[in-house]
This record gives sequence, structure tokens and C-alpha cells, in this order.
Amino acid sequence: MTVLFTILTLSLLGIFAAVVLYFVAQKFKVEEDPRIDEVEKMLPGANCGGCGFAGCRGLADALVSKDDISALFCPVGGASTMEGIATYLGKVAPKKEPTVATVRCGGVCSKRPRTNEYNGTKSCVIAASFYVGESACAYGCLGYGDCVEACAFDAIKVNPETGIAEVDPDKCTACGACVKACPKKIIELRKKWPKNRAVYVACASKDKGAVTMKACKAGCIGCGKCAKVCAFGAITIENGLAYIDSQKCKLCRKCVNECPTGAIVLKGMDPLPKEPKVAPAKPAEPKAEVKNESVNA
Amino acid sequence: MANKFIVAPAPHMHNPHSTQSLMRDVIIALLPALAVSAWVYGLGVLMVTAIAIVSCVVFEYIFQRLFLGGRQTITNLSAIVTGLLLAFNLPTSIPWWIIVVGALVAIGVGKMTYGGLGKNPFNPALVGRVFLLIAYPVQMTSFAQPSVSGYVDAMSGATPLASVKALAADGSLAESLGSVDLSNMFIGMMPGSMGEIAAMALILGGLYMLWRKVITWHIPVSILLTMAIFAFAVVLLSGEKGAVLYEFPAFHLLAGGALLGAIFMATDYVTSPMTHKAMVIYGIGIGLITMVIRLWGAYPEGMSFAILIMNAVTPLLNKYIKPRRFGKTSAK
Amino acid sequence: MKTFPIGGVHPSDNKCWSKDKAIEVLELPDVVNIPLAQHIGAPATAKVAKGDKVLVGQLIAEATGFMSANIHSSVSGTVTAVDMLPNAQGIRQMMITIKREGDEWMPEIDRSADIIRECNLEPQAIIAKIKEAGIVGMGGATFPTHVKLSIPQGCTAEYLIINGVECEPFLTSDHRNMLERGEEMLIGVEIIAKALGVKHAIVGVENNKPDAIANLKKIIAEKGFDIKVEPLKVQYPQGGEKQLIAAVTGRQVPPPPALPIHVGAVVCNASTSLAVYEAVQKNKPLVERVVTITGETMATPRNLLTRMGTPITKLVEMGGGLKDGDVKVVNGGPMMGRAMVNLDSPVTKGCSGITAFAGEKAHRVEVEECIKCAKCVEACPMGLEPYLLIKLSQRQMWDRAEEERIPDCIECGCCQYTCPAGLPLLDYVRLAKQTVMGIIRARAAAQAANK
Repeated sequence: MTVLFTILTLSLLGIFAAVVLYFVAQKFKVEEDPRIDEVEKMLPGANCGGCGFAGCRGLADALVSKDDISALFCPVGGASTMEGIATYLGKVAPKKEPTVATVRCGGVCSKRPRTNEYNGTKSCVIAASFYVGESACAYGCLGYGDCVEACAFDAIKVNPETGIAEVDPDKCTACGACVKACPKKIIELRKKWPKNRAVYVACASKDKGAVTMKACKAGCIGCGKCAKVCAFGAITIENGLAYIDSQKCKLCRKCVNECPTGAIVLKGMDPLPKEPKVAPAKPAEPKAEVKNESVNA
Repeated sequence: MANKFIVAPAPHMHNPHSTQSLMRDVIIALLPALAVSAWVYGLGVLMVTAIAIVSCVVFEYIFQRLFLGGRQTITNLSAIVTGLLLAFNLPTSIPWWIIVVGALVAIGVGKMTYGGLGKNPFNPALVGRVFLLIAYPVQMTSFAQPSVSGYVDAMSGATPLASVKALAADGSLAESLGSVDLSNMFIGMMPGSMGEIAAMALILGGLYMLWRKVITWHIPVSILLTMAIFAFAVVLLSGEKGAVLYEFPAFHLLAGGALLGAIFMATDYVTSPMTHKAMVIYGIGIGLITMVIRLWGAYPEGMSFAILIMNAVTPLLNKYIKPRRFGKTSAK
Repeated sequence: MKTFPIGGVHPSDNKCWSKDKAIEVLELPDVVNIPLAQHIGAPATAKVAKGDKVLVGQLIAEATGFMSANIHSSVSGTVTAVDMLPNAQGIRQMMITIKREGDEWMPEIDRSADIIRECNLEPQAIIAKIKEAGIVGMGGATFPTHVKLSIPQGCTAEYLIINGVECEPFLTSDHRNMLERGEEMLIGVEIIAKALGVKHAIVGVENNKPDAIANLKKIIAEKGFDIKVEPLKVQYPQGGEKQLIAAVTGRQVPPPPALPIHVGAVVCNASTSLAVYEAVQKNKPLVERVVTITGETMATPRNLLTRMGTPITKLVEMGGGLKDGDVKVVNGGPMMGRAMVNLDSPVTKGCSGITAFAGEKAHRVEVEECIKCAKCVEACPMGLEPYLLIKLSQRQMWDRAEEERIPDCIECGCCQYTCPAGLPLLDYVRLAKQTVMGIIRARAAAQAANK
């Protein structure tokens, strides 16, 4: 008898709860386009925020609801993913060239003498809000790794020997999280060439040439030699800083040999053979350059 | 220049306290009670304490090394405090292997599974004790008799709380108190766990911690006051009169783990609330739950359970009870 | 004895090194670098160019708008450059470099030692003169004084509170000024009180300066000033504007954006009052100030009357030089001062002292796990919960941080000072505060744009 009662009570309770749950579920049902789920599945699912939305679902929602999706792009999935989604939704896929994060600082420990020791919290944004940094350069990489923290793909690391953040181009998805995290604004998304080839100015210092020179031997002093030699008009000089437009640059590498401080960095390729008449003695050149600079200024 | 410039944001001064110095003060505050216990129960007390401390430290080291990684935390003495408090909650007659099991549960389950120092929601020593109390009830509640002469043996191994509870079941409150001597309880002449018997020494330790600013008065005072008022109200409602009106509250403050719990266990930094207001609520909660268990529960003592229950409430208190903000008094 | 109601810490005050050292005049520097931004608000606009001859007290940079301050030459000589130079934190700032030739002052400046009490100027004229002299808060906040004394409409000032607390450990410049130039300072207080039209003028002094309290009381009694001296219980951060108002009047300034004037109080630093006296009665702009050079390892701690723009190296030399090895040189006191990387940087209007630390004291303590001891909550004078704010900041939960009232933080450093685990509480709280303030400003701007 007791057993019977127990079974009965429990069953009744169960049925009652089921009925309540059913009505509650009906009442609070959210109507949602089922395609959002499908699109979300097609996205990489990293939730990195590189698209500008909080997560992949946000982007999926926007892709489904908006007619014109040309402004939406998943940097992680890239063109192939976007094309797949566009085909599924019957929309025009946005086109974007692949890019890669690039750290524009070459101030390694040997070239950029440290003038003090930072004893506060090891965070770039905290150090940057407080003072110049451990070297005299107010623009260079601080090396406390805010970008490393921001990267969801393990693609950026601070090299303990150079004290500078380095990007692994094969892992980098160009989501832009590090660009946002860097308080010195030295990380840039640049066009990604095959085989990870790249030519860029590894310096962001807007100081005058002489000041830059004093703080860091690898800094751009804005001498303009690279701009003169560039046949494609890709190099501009502003505030004593050369900038190579990665859209215009054809990787001809002429500027690399011209740079007196070695601030223009070449990756993934061999440098052009040097013209025989130019003596390879490098240390002499920068000094001469500084003099020129100060006379110009 | 032969100078290396060190740079950091302000402030550039730090007070002399560290986690280690705070823990050292707690240990110092516990020593008088340990001394009284050794005097009452003999040198076995020191043996139990040593086993508890050593196993806590060893377990902390092993867990940190094998599972958590990172910096070793044993140097900040918190494991020693846990070991000491665990030992204080054990009877002297306990077999050594139970102590080791208790230490394993305290450090392993109570502390390191949550991520180590500062992250555990429950007081590790109490987790250990309650585990042992449930797993080994016989060993945990057989208390040796105090060995110093002059003590009238009327309870044959039962704690005052247990005997009073048994007597109260079929008599008046005043009669139930007949078997206890409050002044003996004050100096530590009663059967019980090693550390909880020495009321006088515990109060001394508490005053030391207050003086060194290790703890504030909020938690201990609110617990003890709540218990006293509760006991007083119970006597009033029972309609009994006379000395029992103040003897009954005094008995509850001195008996069992009330003082040890209120001064040393409930004030554990990690598991107690952050603001003074929340501390008082937390203390009142512990006092109430303890008294309810003591008077109407299955166990004679409820301090450990009360503290663990309020430990669980602590995050909630931290979330909803905010400190008095500057500039808000006039607005509200 | 009065003090503020919530929180606070008791760092050892370390005043012993320099409190008995009378103010000395520092020998004039050969070159001064005068920054255009020595105050809160817009940097001043340079009025001189390379090659110009200037006199002491000559206007060399003019305030840019209302929330700014004039800047005067502190030496006589030739302007050699107006250029970007690194400041104490190594960040480049616009500075005027002047090479000193002799010491010739502007003719209208009265340099005699006579004390002039009589002041017949109207309130508006007093404020104009203070603005002209480029006076800013000299306790370190460098808020332009003329802005502070211009009471917004709808508010009335009841209390003028003079901040003689100097709660920062080590520093003694206000202390020495109150002791040696008490009468002039009190006249300055009288003038400010007149400009504000307030009834009560109170000088708050912490009780670790009994000689200053006695001196001020004596002068008040002898010369018949209508000013009260209020001794306060020693507790940091009593010199914080809000804490001082609460300590003296018992009124609590509501959270930002409310200002002290909303509870009827105006707070001025003691040295600022002295500068006001000199500006109004002697036509002397703010070109010099007392700077304490101190530290446990300093051979000869001193209080030096220093011209603005003097390189800090010169002060350090006068203090006996730095010890070899690890050093930390702080511009200001140890609780809120800023560590320097560039000792060639100049003394500015807000520089009340230079404190040096050597060896282990130059470093922070080791960081451990938070044990939730609640000491930071107890210490916070604003009633905040630093242990929670550091986590919100680390997890970038800015909305929650705003709900937990992070804009209230006064960055006094009590939490980090008191933390037994040595956590960098203020580093993260400051970061969150800056971020949240940015978000609030952006929101306000967006709202304004919508309307």
C-alpha cells in the first residue's frame, strides 16, 4: 500500500511539473530565425570579437538580418568562410584581402638602452598611462604583453631576449584584438603576402631624428631616403616617421638597403644584393645621417 | 651614474604587515590555549598538534607542487594555522591516522581543490573536522578526562554540552545545569576538543589579535552576543527564574567550541565577509544557527556547522552589503 | 580631536628628517626649463620666442582660456628655446628654456620684507590679481586657484578651509611655511576669505605639527585675525579635499560630479595662501616655492626656496646626492608622488617635495594571493571595495566597476599601502577609473550630440 502511494504521489508530482514547464516554455518561447544557428555553425566559433561583435552569434545574427553584408567580415574564417555563408544565405560575399598583425618596433634591448627598471604591475596600459617606459623612446614596445593577453589564438608572444612582441603569421587570424590592446598603437594589420613575406618600417617614433637616434639605434629618423628610392610612391614621411603603404608596396626591397638605421624590416625574403660601391660599414652611416637631419631641421 | 632608477606608480610605501606576519600573529594568539590544553590533557596534546601541522604543511606542499603549480604558499604560514586549528578541534585520544585523514580533507578538499589560498569558500580546518565528525563519530567524541586533580568527575567523558542536553530533555534548565561548574569551565577544566576547553586562554588570544589589528571585534562580539541573548530568551520563555537567568547564557558561551569558533574559526579572512555590516550579520547568523542546533538539533554542538553554513552565505553578503560610501549619508 | 569619518591609514610620517630644517634659499640655477603645463587644464600659450630677454616675474606664457594658468619667468635672462623636452616621467612636453643672466626683477614687484596687512581691493579684483599671478594649488593637485575661487552661480561659500594638514609622509614644505611665514600666510587667508565672502576661515593642521599650531594660534591672538586653527588627529589621507572638509565641518561632499562648493566649502593649500598674499600685496607672481628634499638615505635633508624650472638634480645635490645602487626618486610624497626617470626635469608649481628611496625600499613588496582580509575595505576613505575593483579591472568589467562607484576613488593609495598580500590594487583601480571616466565622458558627449 505504502509503495503504491509513493509511486502515485511521485507520478502526480512529475506530471504536474511537466505541465507547468510546458506552459512556461510556450509563454517564454523566443522566435528566432533558424538560419542564425546554421550560420553560427559555419563560423569558426572562436568568439574573438575580431568582427566587431561580442561573439560569433552576434555576427551570425547580423549576417542573417541585414540585406547588405558587405561591411561584415570574419577575419578568422577569411574569404572562404564568408563565401560559404553568403552562398547559404543567398547574399553577396564581402571581399577582403587577408591581413596579418605586424609589430612596428625594432627597439631590441641591444639597440634601445634601458634607462630605468619598471617595478609596477606588468601591464603595458598601466605603464604607458604613467610614464615613458623603460627606455627613452616614448613610442616603442613596452613588452609587458597586453597583446599576448588579448590574443585568443596564441599567435603573439613577447620574445624575452628582445623584449618585443612578435607575431606568428601562420597563427595570426588578423582579428585585431592586439591592435586594440596595444596602448602604444604600434601593432598594425598589414596586407598578408604569400609565404609571409613583408616589408615594413619597424618603428613608430614621431620624435625628431636626433631624439629618436639617442633613444634607440634601430629607430626611423625620418631621413626620407626610402621614400626617394621607392618607385611606387608607397612610402610617405610624416612627423619624422616613414610609413610604407602595404597596398602600394610591391616588395621590391630597394628601401631596405637604403635605410641607414635598419628600421625597415624585411621578412620571408632575401635582401637585394648590395651595390658594390656602397661600403658595407654600417655604423658610420647613421652618424652622418643624424648630422644631415639636424642641419635639415 | 651608478644608480639604477626604479619606477612604479604610487604609493611608494608599504605597511610592515604581510600575509606571513598576520598568520604569525594568529599562531601566537593560539599558543596560550595550546598551553592550557597541554597542562590539562598532558603532552599527548602536543603530539596531536604536531601531527596535524606537519600533515597540513606536507599536503599543501604536495598539492601545490603536483596540481596547482605556481609559487609555493607554505611559507606564508597559513597551512600551519589550518593544522593548528584542526588539532584544536580534535580530542586528544584520537588515533594518528585519523588526524592525517583530517588534514588531507582540510587541505586537499577544503582548500586546494578551489585553487589554494584565498579561493576556498569554506574554512578548511572546519571542513576537516566536520568530515571526521561524520566519518568517525566514535573516535571524535570520546574525550579523555582532564588529569589535574580537584576536578569533580561527573560526566564520564561526555562534554558539558552533551550532558546538559541529555539532562534538559527530561528536566528543567536549572536542573540540567546542575552538573557543570562554570568557573572550572572558564579555566579549561572540562572534557572536550583540545583547543576549545580553555576559555580564558582563548579570550586572551582574541585580545592579542584585536590589539595587533589582525581581526576586528565585529564577528566575535556579534556571535557571542547573539548566543547570550538567545540563551537568555530561552530561559525567560521557559518561565524559570533565579541564577539560571545568567548561568545558562554564560554556560553556552563557555561550553563547546563557542569561543574557539567565534574568535578563531569564524574570523578566518578568506571565508568571512568583507564589510563591517556584513560581518555583524554573519556573526548573528552563526550565533543563531549554533544555538538552534545546540538546543534542538541532533548534535550537542553546532558551532562548526553554523560557521560552514554562514561561510556559504558569505559571497551573497559580499555582493549585497556594501560599505558605507563616502558622501552617501546625507543623500539617503 | 576631529578627523574624517571613513577609512584611513597611519603610515609613519617620517617628518623628522626635514621638519626642523629652516627654509634656505637655493642658489639660482644657470638654466631653467619652464613647462607650459604645470596645472590642471589647458597648457598655457607661450608669449616669448627664442632670443627674447626676460625679467624675473615677466609673463612668458598666457593662460589658454579660463581653466588654465599664467606662467612667469623665474629668472632673468635670455630665452634659448621653446621646445619639447622630457618631463620627470620622460614624456616630452613643451617647455621654455631660459639662460640666466643676473637676477633682475620686474619693477612693480615689491621685494621688501615689510608685511602689508591692509587690502582694499574688491573680491573681483582680488581674483583677477590671483589669476594674473598664475597661482595654482600648491599641494600637488595644481588646480588653478582663480577657478576655485570663482563660485558657480547658485552656490554660496560658507567655509574657507586652509589645508595645512600635509598628510603625505616626509614632506615638510607647508609645515615650514606655517612656522616661518605664518603671519603672511594668515593675511593670505584673510584675502581669500574676503574674495569669497565667507564667514568662517579655518586652518586645519594635523596634530604632528604642534609648533605650527602654536605659532598660528599665537599670531592670531596677537594680531587679531578672525581665523580658527583646528588641530586634527593624524591620519592619512586627511589632506584630501573631501576628507579635510568632512574632518573640519562634518559635511560629506556627494559623489562626483558634485564639488566641495556644493556643501559650501572651499579648500586652499597653506602654501597657496602664502602665494596669494605675495601676489595680491606684493605683486609677486608664482615664480618660486618651498621644496622639501628628503628621504631616509639623504645626507642633508632640506627645505629649499626654489625657483620654478630649476633642475631637480640641483635639489638632489643639495640633499646630499643619491646612494649608489637601486634608487627611486619620487616627485612629491611617497603615497601619491610620481616616481621619476629624468632628474634633469624641472621643479614645477605643484612640486612640494622630492623624496628618495634606496635599496629595498625602492622596490615594491612581493605580490601574493588575496586572502580577502578586508583591510583594503577598512582603509578606503571613500568606502569602496578595492579587492573587488581590482578583479573587475583585471576582467575589464567596466560597467560593474562604474556601479561599484569607481569614479569616487581619490587615488590616495591607502588600499595598496595596507594590503598584506602586496597586491597592486591602485594600479588596477586607477586604470579602471581612467577607463570608466572615459566611458562616462563619451556617453555625455553622445547625449549632448543627440540633443
